[in-house]
Formats: sequence, structure tokens, C-alpha cells
Amino acid sequence: MRKIWSIPGGIHPEENKSQSLQLPLGEVALPSELIFPLSQHIGAPAKPIVTVGERVLAGQKIADAKGMISAAVHASTSGTVTAIEDRTLPHPSGLSGPCIVLAADGKDEFAAFEACEDYLSLDKAVLVQKIREAGIAGMGGAGFPTAVKLSPRANQPIDTLIINGTECEPYITADDILMQTQAEDIIKGTLLLAHILSQPGRIVIGIEDNKPLAIAAITQAAEGTPVEVVSFPTKYPSGGEKQLIQILTGKEVPSGALPSSIGIVLQNVGTTVAAYEAVRFGKPLIERITTVVGEALATQRNIRVRLGTPIHHVLAEHGFAEKKAMRLIVGGPMMGYALEQDDVPVVKTTNCILAPTKKEMPPPRPTQACIRCGMCAEACPASLLPQQMYWYAAAEEYDRLEAQNIMDCIECGACSYVCPSNIPLVQYYRAAKGTMRQMAIDKEKSDRSRKRFEFRQERIAKAEAEKEAKRLARKKAAELAKQKQEADKAAGVQPSGHTAKADIVATAMASAKAKQATPEEQKAKLERAVTSAEGRLEKLQQRHSDADGDMKERLAAQIKQAELKLQEAKDKLAHFTPVPTAITTVAADAPAATADPNDPVAVAIARAQAKMTMAPDEKLQANIVSLTGRLAKAEEKLAAAKAENSDKVDALQTGVDKLKEKIASAEQELAELTPSAPTATPAPEQDAAAAAIERAKAKAAAQANLSPEDKLRDQLTSINGRLEKARIKLEQAQAENTDTVAALQLGLDKMLAKQDKLRDELRALNPNAPELTDQPATAAEVAPQPAPTVDAATAAIEKAKAKADALASMSPEDKLRDQIASLETRLDKAKQRLAKAEAEDDPNLDAFKAGVEKTEAKLQQTKQQLVTSNS
Amino acid sequence: MYEYLLTHPFLAALIALVALALVFGAVLGYAAVQFKVEGDPIVDQLDELLPQTQCGQCSYPGCRPYAEAIANGDAINKCPPGGQATINAIADLLDVEAPTLDEEHGEEAEVKTVAYIREDECIGCTKCIQACPMDAILGAAKQMHTVIADECTGCDLCVEPCPVDCIDMLPVASGLSDWKWNKPPAVVENFQLIASDKQPEKDGAAA
Repeated sequence: MRKIWSIPGGIHPEENKSQSLQLPLGEVALPSELIFPLSQHIGAPAKPIVTVGERVLAGQKIADAKGMISAAVHASTSGTVTAIEDRTLPHPSGLSGPCIVLAADGKDEFAAFEACEDYLSLDKAVLVQKIREAGIAGMGGAGFPTAVKLSPRANQPIDTLIINGTECEPYITADDILMQTQAEDIIKGTLLLAHILSQPGRIVIGIEDNKPLAIAAITQAAEGTPVEVVSFPTKYPSGGEKQLIQILTGKEVPSGALPSSIGIVLQNVGTTVAAYEAVRFGKPLIERITTVVGEALATQRNIRVRLGTPIHHVLAEHGFAEKKAMRLIVGGPMMGYALEQDDVPVVKTTNCILAPTKKEMPPPRPTQACIRCGMCAEACPASLLPQQMYWYAAAEEYDRLEAQNIMDCIECGACSYVCPSNIPLVQYYRAAKGTMRQMAIDKEKSDRSRKRFEFRQERIAKAEAEKEAKRLARKKAAELAKQKQEADKAAGVQPSGHTAKADIVATAMASAKAKQATPEEQKAKLERAVTSAEGRLEKLQQRHSDADGDMKERLAAQIKQAELKLQEAKDKLAHFTPVPTAITTVAADAPAATADPNDPVAVAIARAQAKMTMAPDEKLQANIVSLTGRLAKAEEKLAAAKAENSDKVDALQTGVDKLKEKIASAEQELAELTPSAPTATPAPEQDAAAAAIERAKAKAAAQANLSPEDKLRDQLTSINGRLEKARIKLEQAQAENTDTVAALQLGLDKMLAKQDKLRDELRALNPNAPELTDQPATAAEVAPQPAPTVDAATAAIEKAKAKADALASMSPEDKLRDQIASLETRLDKAKQRLAKAEAEDDPNLDAFKAGVEKTEAKLQQTKQQLVTSNS
Repeated sequence: MYEYLLTHPFLAALIALVALALVFGAVLGYAAVQFKVEGDPIVDQLDELLPQTQCGQCSYPGCRPYAEAIANGDAINKCPPGGQATINAIADLLDVEAPTLDEEHGEEAEVKTVAYIREDECIGCTKCIQACPMDAILGAAKQMHTVIADECTGCDLCVEPCPVDCIDMLPVASGLSDWKWNKPPAVVENFQLIASDKQPEKDGAAA
């Protein structure tokens, strides 16, 4: 026999084990209702996989393990699931928790179990999975999922397997009877576990020496196997995991660590049998052996009971005399907990149901002061200082409790048992441990909160800084632009500044134009405004007549406001007509602009023309008109103010005077300007608008001089420019895969059609005319300019126009020659581009090639024409 | 030289002391640079003790600013979420008398709460998201918002900005996971010098 060690402390309470061993292992009848808590183990609660109303068989899984540390739950008899609800749990808290409730049908039909003869040849992972599927959790009392214990980490080789048959707590004999009746199964289960753990060097079954029958049975069964049976002197609490390891190996499990960290795995005998049955017969954990004991019962014995059986059913079967009972305890007298209700079920960890009488277990005597006798320290199996811990726990000094290693307390109750002052020491420790655990959780949460908060602050600061940086950059850019503009102005360089400005003006005009509705719509809008204002006024007046006191005054003010608004709207309507006529005259002046109001090129022209027509004199006129309008309004207001004798009269009077002055000055200016108006092209403001006006004017003049053919050609050129732009837009849209692709494509097609039409017209007008205007389109096809903005387009127009003018003055022959020259340069350019595209493997290569070929063909054609015209 | 010093002990002592002063000065100067402590360790320690709800009930914008204020001499009893426990801990750290909670800043809550958004009523204005110091509210403009209960510290800051009042502060559900044993009643209550004198009468009758 091996050497055995001893543990410090420990006590020898009355054993009381004989009462339940007088009768053989019994059975209880099936109850009508069974309750299966989803959390019968340490770890995450199981997840129900049945629905209410479903019929289940005995052994059928009704809840699945959720997560790594969890265990499945199985029905222990056949029946119907009647509810999945919160029921009182077998827990010291007396709290409720989710349970599956099963109404037994009494047939007790079993699901088919998958037996396995040759289980030792199976893969270890498969065996562990079988144990996991069977829902086995430690049956000694803690309920730690067995499968987890059997899969130690790779860096923790297991050299010792200990099977715990100690059962040190008084009264409990469930493991004793199991060892007596199922010794063979225990040995087989032990060998199975050893196999799963890769045959550790030492396999021990530890049994206290107060169970001679069990020792004899196990020793006999273990003969010829590597399983060692060790018995050792009875002492409470030898059956604790850490204590038993110390007794059998002399090693101490480090504080806060698991036994596997020193290469040891410990399992209860009940768990061992359950694991064996699960692997060998495929039987899940649906029943266990429980000691039913206590003087308040007529029959005291061990029973094999289905899990989920309500405790009141078990008690009823054993002649429970409620009057005699002092209380009801689940577990042993040392570590068990009192039940407040007896409708809780037997679960995987229920090893004893104790119903003592008052005589058997008198109520605790009144607590007295600690006399510092030190007996608790002598009894403590974990070598702690219970007395110190008691002081600190009472004073809630958790730092000091930590320093006293309170977390190593196994809550065995030995200190409370020996305390002459009857201090419920363990209860203090349990409370303190609970609080400390909660504090640790709170601390973790507050640390997380701090991190989140700091991160948020950082993020906000960053966003703020980015915004600030952007703002500064914009400011700087604006300043730079201003400086540059000033420098340009000083140097007299107009064009560079003007294009940018012209751009802005153009877009602004375009958007304004887009916003501007047709005159009819505008008028309708104004009319609507008038009607609504009238309606409002009427309503207000109505309310005014109904209201009284404060409300009346307020309403009166509102009515006044509404009246003013109505007046304004009416004025607007009256002054409305001139505006649209101005627009229409502009439109009539610019046939090119009528083509497409949405096209920026056309808009730019229209804008320039509008400015031109508005040029100094008209501008002044418009100014005068608007000023007169304002004057009229101001005078009206003045009159109203005078009528009401308001104190605003003076202010209004000065306003009216000022307006009159302004009108006078504007009229004077107009008078000065009118004579010089026709030649007043260099407007006083040397800005982009003026330049644009000039350009547009030049264009208008040129247009007037153009022959119909030239006009057409001009239009064709412009449409080519637009076409080019539209293509680029389409390409962009395609690249970005926007939903405007279809619309753009449609626009492009339309434009192409227009181009064709124009070309046809041109041809009809002048059959000899070479198809000059086709070129830009091809060029666009060959190499779309990456950013032909409005300026580029207008530039193209100007260029084309200049060319048209030049052509008009040329002889046909010269024209042709000129064309040939231009075509040749274009061809050269196209070829260069093609070469470049080839080098870069451009996807538009084919298009480039086609373009070059086309240009070549055209060149040939033009040369031919030249020859014919010469001859 | 040596002879000279022997004959002039005062000068010798002076030289020795100056030499020592220089050596220690150098060592201290080096240590001051090499082992310089970044930040304010007392503020960090105080910040550790505060509950990190960032609720602002102390009138500082968050727990750390309050920790800084305490380090600069502000009162330590302005934190209702931390309650008396936090005040005691801070008093321990600073070695001062622990005052009671300043009621001006609010009362210690009996139960912890978390924000809960009645999602049917949420209009998706994102105001609570902007108010949450913990980034514990999820949602987007015109989309329903919801609170990540695990991250919510129950600071109440989201309740005020909600334009439709659809945020409730619900007590945290307590269950098995956070159940703990009660501390037994204090011994003094029951204290008798001779316990047997005060046995309950029933027992006496039974005996």
C-alpha cells in the first residue's frame, strides 16, 4: 500500500451513515410531473430544443449544451412537455429559473440508445463527445461538466487520475451503496477515463476507511487492473477535491489553480459510472443514486431516482412527517442548504435529501462574541485563519480578506462546527466572497467603461481636430486665391483669373436658371401666395373675433403681420410681368441658348448674352425700377405708420428719403451713360462677367455675319463639343455604376441623332462641303479629354468659330488643303495616342485603332477631293 | 597634499563634504531624469476608485476630471453612483475622515439601473447617442436605437435629451448569476454573556 498523507485540520462529526444503509438500494415510483432545470451544472444554462406540447421519450435530449462549459439535459421518462417556464430551483437562494416541465405518461418508453461494445478502440475525442452529449456533470455536488475536465490543455499532461469515493459528509451514503453494488462498473469507468486521459501513470480510487464493504467490493473488482484502491482514516473534509489530492499524492493544488495544473484529474465515483454507461450503453444521465435520510422520515435508504423528480414526491414515498421535521436540507448537514419549498426537483448534483428532526439537528445556538480561542484555525483544512477572516468579513475590509486568501476557503464549515461561540463563520465568508466576486465584476466593468469613455473622448477630439484642420486649409486656400487674384489684377493678367470666375458665375447662373420656373408658373406661384395670405388673414380675423384678453392682442399683432405679407405678395404679383419678358428677349436674342437650357455651354452663352443685354444702361434701369418699387412700398409703410401714429415714422421717413436719393443718383448715372452706351464695352468692372459679355457679343456679331451654312457648321461644332462632354459623363457614370447611366445614354443617342441631322442639312445646303465637322466627334471617340470643363468646350467653340471664319474667306482649294494639313496633324496625334495606349494596354485600344483608321480614310478622301477640284 | 590636509582638519572636512554633496547631487539629478513619473499617480489611483459612470453628477465632465479635482483638494463626497463605499475607499487612499455623501449631487441609488429604449416609440433622432458617454447606444438617423445593456452604466444622461421620452431607466434584473449569501446579523445584537440564561423558552420546556 502506498504512502498516504494527511491534511491539516479537519473534524470528526458524528457520522450518521448507518441509518440509510439498513435497507438495500430502492426505487421510487415515477412522478406525474418532472421538472428539468436548464442549469443543473456550473457554466452556461442549457438551451431547450423541444417545444411545449412535444412528446419526448426517456433519454431523449431536451436541452442542448450552450457553449464550452455547459451540459445537455435529457428527459428521464416519456411524456409531454407541458411548459418551459421559471420554477423554483434547488438552490440556496430559493430563486426561480428556467425549467422544462414534463408530464409523464407512465409508459416510460425509452429512446434507442447507441451501445458500443469496443469503446476503447474509439478516438478519445469521440469518447469525450459522447460524455458531453450524455450531459454528465460532476455528481459529487459541484456539477462541473465532466467532458471539460476530461479535455485538459495540451501543455498540462495528466499523470494521476483520482476517483473520489471518499464521501466524507455525515449522513450521505449514496457513493457507498454505488461502490457496493456497481464496483465492476466503477472499475470499467475508471479504466475508460484513464484511456481518455492517455493512461496516466497512477490511477487511484480513494475511499475513507469507514466504508469496509465498499473497499472490499472495489478491491475485488480492481484485481488485475492498474487501478489502485487506497483507504485512509476518516476525517471531514477529506472528500474535498484539493484535500483528497493532498491525502493521496501529498501535492497541494496552488491557490486559484485547477488540479490539472499539477497533472491531476479527479472524478467522483458516480460520475465515473455515468461516463461508463454513456459510452458503453449510450445511456445519458437521467438518474442518480440519492440518499434519503433523517428521523422525520419513516423509511431511510438510498434510492435510484430519475432526475427531475420533485422532492416532495420522494418524501411522500418515504413517509415524511412534516411536523416532526426541523427543516429540509439538500446535501449534507455540513455543506448542504436548507430548502424553503419541497417542489424543487432532484437534479444531477442532489446526493442527499436530509429531513432531520429538531432533536437530531437542533437550531443553531445563539451567537456569542469571538473569544479568540483559535480552534477554527486548528480545524481549517485549507490552513487559513478563520478568526482573522471573520473580523475582516464583519468589518467588510475586502482588501484584507484578499490578503488572507479568503478565496481558498472551501466553505466546508469545519470552523463553524468547532466554534465555541457558535459564530456562523462560513456564512460570513460566503457573503464576503459573494461581495468580492461582485466587486471584481464591477471593477472589470468600470475599467471597460473607462476605456470606452476615453476612446470616445479621443475620437471626438480627433474629429474636432480634423474639422479644424480642414477649416484652416480652406481659409488658407481662400487667402492664397485672393492674393493671386490681386497679383493678377496688378499685373493686368485677366484671362487666368477670369476663367475660374466665369466658371463660378456660369454654374450659379445655371442653377438659378434651373430654379427659375416658366413665367406662367411663377405667376401662378405668386397668385397662390396671395390666396394663401388672404386665407390666413381671414382665419386670423375669425379667431380674433372669437378670442379675448391677451390672446386678442397677440392675434391682432399677427393679423397686422399677415396684412403686410398679403400686401407684399400682391405687390410682387403686380410687379411680376417685366421679369419674364426680359428673359424672353434674351432667349430671342440667343438662338443657340434655346437649344438646351440644361446644357452648361448654352447656359454660359445665355448668361453672357443676358449680361450683355443688361449691360450698364439696362442694369441701371432695372436698378431704378426695383428702387422705385421699394420706394413705393416704403411710402406705403410710412403712410400706415403715420395713420397709426407709430414711433417708427421718423425711421421710415429717413428710409424713404434715402431711397429717393438713390433713385435720383441712379437716374443721373443712367443719363450719363446712355450716350456712350453702344460703345461702352470696356465696362468699369474689369472682371470675368465683362469679359464674357465681350466674348458673347463677339459671337453674336459673328453669328449675324454668318451664312446659313456657316451657322449650321457652327451648331454642329457646338453639338460635337456637347457630345464629347456627354460621352465623358456617361463614361464616368458607367465607371461609378450610377443609375443615371441609362438616362445619359439616352441623351447621348439624342445628341448623335441631332448631329446627324445637322450634318445632313449641311450637306444638303452645300454638297461640296467636306465633312469637316465630323472630326471633333472622332477625336472625342479616339481620346476623350479627361476634364473638358465648360471652359474647354467654350474654347473649342471659339476655335471652331475662328476656323469657320477663316474658311469662309478661303477658296475651295485652299480649304481642302487646309483640311488635309489639319487631318494629317490629327492623324499623327491619333497615332501617337494609339501607341501610348498600346504601351499601357488600354482597354479602349480598339476604339483608338478605329479612330486612326477612320482619320486615315478621311484624309484619303479629302486628298481625292483636292485632286478632282484641281482637275 | 595629504600631509597638508592632515594638519588642516577643517579644510579636509570641507573638501569631503563638498565631494559627497556633488556625488549625491549627481545621483539625484540622474534619478530625477531617469525615473521621472509621467502623469499624476494619485489621479490615476482616484480614477480607479471612481465608478466610471461618467454621469457628471459631481458637476465635473466625467470621472477623471473629478479625480483631478479631488487631487486638487475638492470634496470627496460628490459621487452618488459610487456611494458611501467609494467615499470610504477614497478616504482610505487619501487618509482623511470619510464624510457622508453630499445630497446636493444626488442620492445613492438603491438598485442599479440600465437605460431601456421603448423601440416602438423611438423616432431615430440620435440625440441619446450623442449624449451617451459610453457609446452604449446603437442606431442611426431615422433608425430605431437600442441600448447595449452590458455597456450601459445607468448614468441617466440619455433620458433628458430624448424628445419623445421613450427611454426608461430599468433596474438591473438580479438572478442566480449575481445572487450571494447574506451577511449574518451582527453578533452584538444577540450578545449575552451567559448564553444559556437566555435560551428560547420553548427549548427549556422541551428539556
